[in-house]
Amino acid sequence: MLLSPYPTLGERLRVGLLWAWCAMVLIYLVTPLLIPIPLSFNSGSFFTFPLAGLSTRWYEVVLGTERWRAAIGNSLIVAFGTTMLATSLGTFAAIGLSSPRFPARQMVMPLLISPLVVPIVVTAVGAYLFYAPLGLASTYGGIILAHTVLASPFVVVTVGASLTGFDRNLMRAAAISGARPALAFFRIMLPLILPGVLSGAAFAFVTSFDEVVVVQFLASADQRTLPLEMFTGLREQLSPAITAAATLMMTLSILLLVVANLLAARARRRMRVLPA
Amino acid sequence: MNEHGSQLVTRESRLLRGAETRAGVNDGGWRAMSSRLVPRHEGTRALALAAPLLVLLIVSFGIPIIALLSRAVYDPSISRALPRTAETLRQAATEDPPGDEVFAALEADLKEDQARGTVFEFAKSLNSRLSGARSQVLKTARLLASGTSPSRSELIDAIPFWGEKQTWSTIRGGVHGFTSFYLLSALDLRWGVNGSLDFVPAGEAVFLRVFARTFMVAALVTLATLALGFPLAYLISNLPLARANLVLVLVLLPFWTSILVRTAAWTVLLQKFGLLNDALIALGITSERLELMYSRLGLIIAMTHIQLPFTLLPIYSVMRSISPSQLRAAHSLGARPLTAFRRVYLPQALPGVMAGCLLTFILCLGYYITPALIGGASDQLISNFIANYVNVDLNWEMAAALSFMLLAFTLLLYAAFARFLGLDRFKLV
Amino acid sequence: MRCLRIAVLAMLAETALGLGSGRTALAADELTIMATGGAWQAAQRQAWFEPFAKKTGVKVNEQEYLGDLGKIKAIIETGNVPVDLVTVETATVLQGCDAGILQRLDYAKIADRSKFLPGTALDCGVGLDVYGDVLGYDTMVLKDPPTSVLDIFDTARFPGKRGMRKFPAQNLEWALMADGVPAADVYKVLATPIGIDRAFRKLDSIKKDVVWWDAGAQPPQLLASHEVVMTTAWNGRIQNAVEQDKKPFAIVWKDQIVEYDMISIPKGAKNTDLAYKYLAYISDPEVAAQLGRFIPYGPVRSDATSFVPKDVLPKLPTAPDHMKSYLVGDVEFWGDHGEDLVKRFNAWLAQ
Repeated sequence: MLLSPYPTLGERLRVGLLWAWCAMVLIYLVTPLLIPIPLSFNSGSFFTFPLAGLSTRWYEVVLGTERWRAAIGNSLIVAFGTTMLATSLGTFAAIGLSSPRFPARQMVMPLLISPLVVPIVVTAVGAYLFYAPLGLASTYGGIILAHTVLASPFVVVTVGASLTGFDRNLMRAAAISGARPALAFFRIMLPLILPGVLSGAAFAFVTSFDEVVVVQFLASADQRTLPLEMFTGLREQLSPAITAAATLMMTLSILLLVVANLLAARARRRMRVLPA
Repeated sequence: MNEHGSQLVTRESRLLRGAETRAGVNDGGWRAMSSRLVPRHEGTRALALAAPLLVLLIVSFGIPIIALLSRAVYDPSISRALPRTAETLRQAATEDPPGDEVFAALEADLKEDQARGTVFEFAKSLNSRLSGARSQVLKTARLLASGTSPSRSELIDAIPFWGEKQTWSTIRGGVHGFTSFYLLSALDLRWGVNGSLDFVPAGEAVFLRVFARTFMVAALVTLATLALGFPLAYLISNLPLARANLVLVLVLLPFWTSILVRTAAWTVLLQKFGLLNDALIALGITSERLELMYSRLGLIIAMTHIQLPFTLLPIYSVMRSISPSQLRAAHSLGARPLTAFRRVYLPQALPGVMAGCLLTFILCLGYYITPALIGGASDQLISNFIANYVNVDLNWEMAAALSFMLLAFTLLLYAAFARFLGLDRFKLV
Repeated sequence: MRCLRIAVLAMLAETALGLGSGRTALAADELTIMATGGAWQAAQRQAWFEPFAKKTGVKVNEQEYLGDLGKIKAIIETGNVPVDLVTVETATVLQGCDAGILQRLDYAKIADRSKFLPGTALDCGVGLDVYGDVLGYDTMVLKDPPTSVLDIFDTARFPGKRGMRKFPAQNLEWALMADGVPAADVYKVLATPIGIDRAFRKLDSIKKDVVWWDAGAQPPQLLASHEVVMTTAWNGRIQNAVEQDKKPFAIVWKDQIVEYDMISIPKGAKNTDLAYKYLAYISDPEVAAQLGRFIPYGPVRSDATSFVPKDVLPKLPTAPDHMKSYLVGDVEFWGDHGEDLVKRFNAWLAQ
C-alpha cells in the first residue's frame, strides 16, 4: 500500500529510504533487548562480555525459588487488574471528554495530566497516606487502584487521539436505526477506535508491570512484585537473575502474541468463508 | 428489533419533530439541527461516562496530593516547637534580635522541648531553613537543661547565633505556619535580611538549572522519539494487518522488560569497553573509544529507547484509521506526493503526534532511575532531587515545593502549547 | 488461573478484615522486621531471624524495602505501624532520630553500651555489622598497585577514570586527608567553612576523572567492565567478586573509613518489648559474630571478635592488619552538617 500501482522512480526511492530508516529504528529498538539473553546464561554474576561460562543457574533461581515465582505471579495479577480497570475507565472517560458538550473541560485537563507529572515518589507517599487508613495498604486492591490512577491518563490520551478522527454522526445514525447505546458502542465505535484502546491498554500494562515505587510503599511481603524483587538487594549486587526473568517474560510475550495473531488470522479467514 | 430499540426510535423521532418545529429542517440543515438536539442529553451523558475515572482521580490522587503539596506552604514545625516565642514575636516590634521578653519565652520553649524530646525535630526543621542551625539549637537546649537561665545578653554571649539577624528573620518566617520559604527555595530565591528578595549565592543555587536541564532533556528526547517513531508508525500503518502486528510485537517487546534490565543493557552497550564502542572500532568509524556512559548523550540515547513506544503507539493508532484512499484521491487530483502528504495526511495524523509527544515529554520529566545509573554527575534531573528530599533528607516540605513547581511549569507549558498549536481542537483531553 | 483466584480471595479477605474489626492486632508473639533484601537479608535470616524464632518461639515476619526512610516516615504518619524493627544506614539513623521517626533506645534493655565499638551504639540505632569504605582495583589492569585509598587523588600515577560514591560523606574526609590533614583532625577541619572549601578544591582536582556510583552493586561492576581503573567501594562487594566470581580484584585497606549498618525501632511500633528482646539477642557477643559465617561483615562489639570464624576474620575491616591507618566515620558530625553538605555537594556536582 506504500507504493501506488504505477510507482515513479522518486516514489520508489522515497519508500526505499523509509524502509531503510525504519530498519535502523527497529535495530535500535531491539538490540538492547537482546543483550540480557546471552547474559542470562552467564555463569558469572557480572554484566560483561565475554561471558564467564555458560550455565542455567539464573533460570534455576527464577523458576526454582518460590520468591521469584510468587513475584512474577503478583506482578501479572496487579498488571492485568490495572490494565482492565484503567482501560475501561479511561476509554469511557475519553468518550465522554470528546463530546463537544462536556462541561468545563479545561478543569479536567490538569487533573488528568497531573498523575503523570507529579514525581512518582510523591504520588506514592500520597497514595500510602490515603490508602493505609482505609485498610487498602498491603492489599492487591490497593495497589491496583493506585496503579490505575497512574495508568488511566495514558488510556484517556491515546483513546482521545483516536476519537478525533471518529465521526460522531455514526453513533447518531446507529441510534436512529434503533441500536441501544451499548450495541452501538461495541459494533461501531469500538472497532474504529480499537488501535487507540489497545495502545492505551499496553501503556496501562507497562505502567503497572514496571512500577516499583508505589509498590514499595503499598505492598507487604505477600504482594512483592517482580520489580521489587529486582530492586531490593541492589545495595549488594545487581543479580543476573533479572536477565533470566526478562528473557522469560519476553519469550512468553512473543509466544502469546504470535498465538493471538494466528488465532486472529484464522478467525478472519473463517469470516471470509462464512459471511455472517 | 426489540422493545428498547423501538422506544428509542420513537423518542428520536419525537425529538426530531420538536426540532423541526423550532428550527425548520430546510434552512437549518442537519448540522444546525443536531447541535440543538445534542445539549440536553449529551452534556450529562458525557459527564456520566467520565465520572467514574474523574471521581477516582479526585479522591485517590487529587485530595492526597493537594494535602501533601500544601506542606510546601504550611509548615507549623516552628510555631509548634516555640509556642510562647511565636506568640510574643507576633506582638513584638520587628527589630532583630528582639528584646528580653522574647528571649524569656524562647528559653521556656526550648526547656520544654528538651524535656519532651522534641527539640531534635525543631533543630532539624530550623536547619532545613538555615544552614548550621541544628547544632546551635541543640547546644542551647543542652545549656538550658543544665539548669541555668541566662539573660538575653548572657545567651547571646554564650551562643552568638541568637544575636544574628538571620536567625530571627528565619524564626519570624515560621511563626505563622504559612511560609513562602520552600517555594522560593525551589526557585533559588530567598528573603534577604532587610526584606528584599535575593537569589541564593551561586554555590548553593541548584534548582533553576536543574529545572531547565530537565525540560531540555525532555524536549530533546521527545524530538528524537518523534524523528524515529513517526516514519516507523507510518510504515506499520501501511503494512497488511498481520505483518503490522508482527512489527508491533517488536515495538511492544520492551514493555515486558524491567526498566532496570533495559538500563543495565544500555550500560553494557554504552560503556567504554562496551559493545557499541567495540562495533565502532571494528567498523573503523572511530579510532578512539567514545565516552558514552555517564554523559548527556548516553542518557538521551537510553531515554529515547525507553520512550519510543510511548510516542509511536498513539501516532500509529491514529494513522491506522486514516483511509489510504484519501491520499490516492489527492494524487489523482494532481497533488504532488509531498504536497498530498502534507495537506491531506499530516493534518489527520497530527492528533496522534500530539498525544505521543505529550506522553513522552511528561514522562521524561519524572525520570530518575536512568539518570542516576547512566547519566553523569551533571545529568541529574529534578526527580532525583525530589526523591532525595523524600527518602534521605526527610524534608517533605522541600519535596512538595519542588513538585509543585514542576507541576506548575508543566501545566503552564501545556496551556501555552495548547493555545499556540490549538491543541484543544484535537480534544486530546 | 489458580493464582488469580487465590489473589481475588486474598483481596476479599483483606478488605473484609480491613473494614471489619479495624484490623485485629497481631498476636503478641510476632515480630516484624524490615530490611533491604538481597544477600544481606538472607544472611541475617540465617544468622539471626531463624535462630531467634527457634529459641524464643516468636514468629519473625520479614518485610523488604529499598532502604528509603521516606517509607518509614509515611508509615508513622498514618499512626498504624506494622513494622517493629528496621535496618538502616548509619548516615540515616541521625536523620530519622531528629525527624522523630525512630525511637530513642533504652540500652538497659539491650546490652552494656560501653561494650560496643565507638559510634555503634547510637541514641536511635544499634550497630549490626562493620564494613569498610575501601579502594578496589583490578590487579590485571594496575600492575603498579595503589597502596592507600588516598591514591585515588593521584591522577599522575594512576591515570584513567575512578569510581566514587555520589555522596559527600567519605569523599570529603578523604579529600582532606589527601590534602595533608591528619586523620585525627579531619572532622575538626571539615566543621569550618575554610575546611569545606579546601575539601571541595581537592575534589575539583579529579572531578573530570570521576565516575559517580549510586548503588552498592555498581563498583565491582565498574571494575569488571574496565570502566574505571579503581573505585571506592564497600569491602564486602569487592570480596564477593573475588570469592564468587574469581575476579582478579584487590582491596586497599590503608586509610579506609569504618562504617556500620544499624537497626532501629520505628516510633509507634506495636511490639516494642519483643523488639528489645531481639536487639538484646543479637547484641550477645557470640550471636553477633554469627553473621560473619554467611556474609563477610564483622560484629560491632570488640568482645565478639573471638567468636568470628577464623577464615572470616582476615576479611573484616576490623582485622588488626587493616586497622593500621583508618578513620571512623563521625556520625554526630554528619548528623549536624549532613543536610548542608549534601546540598553543597549536589550543587558542586551540577556545576
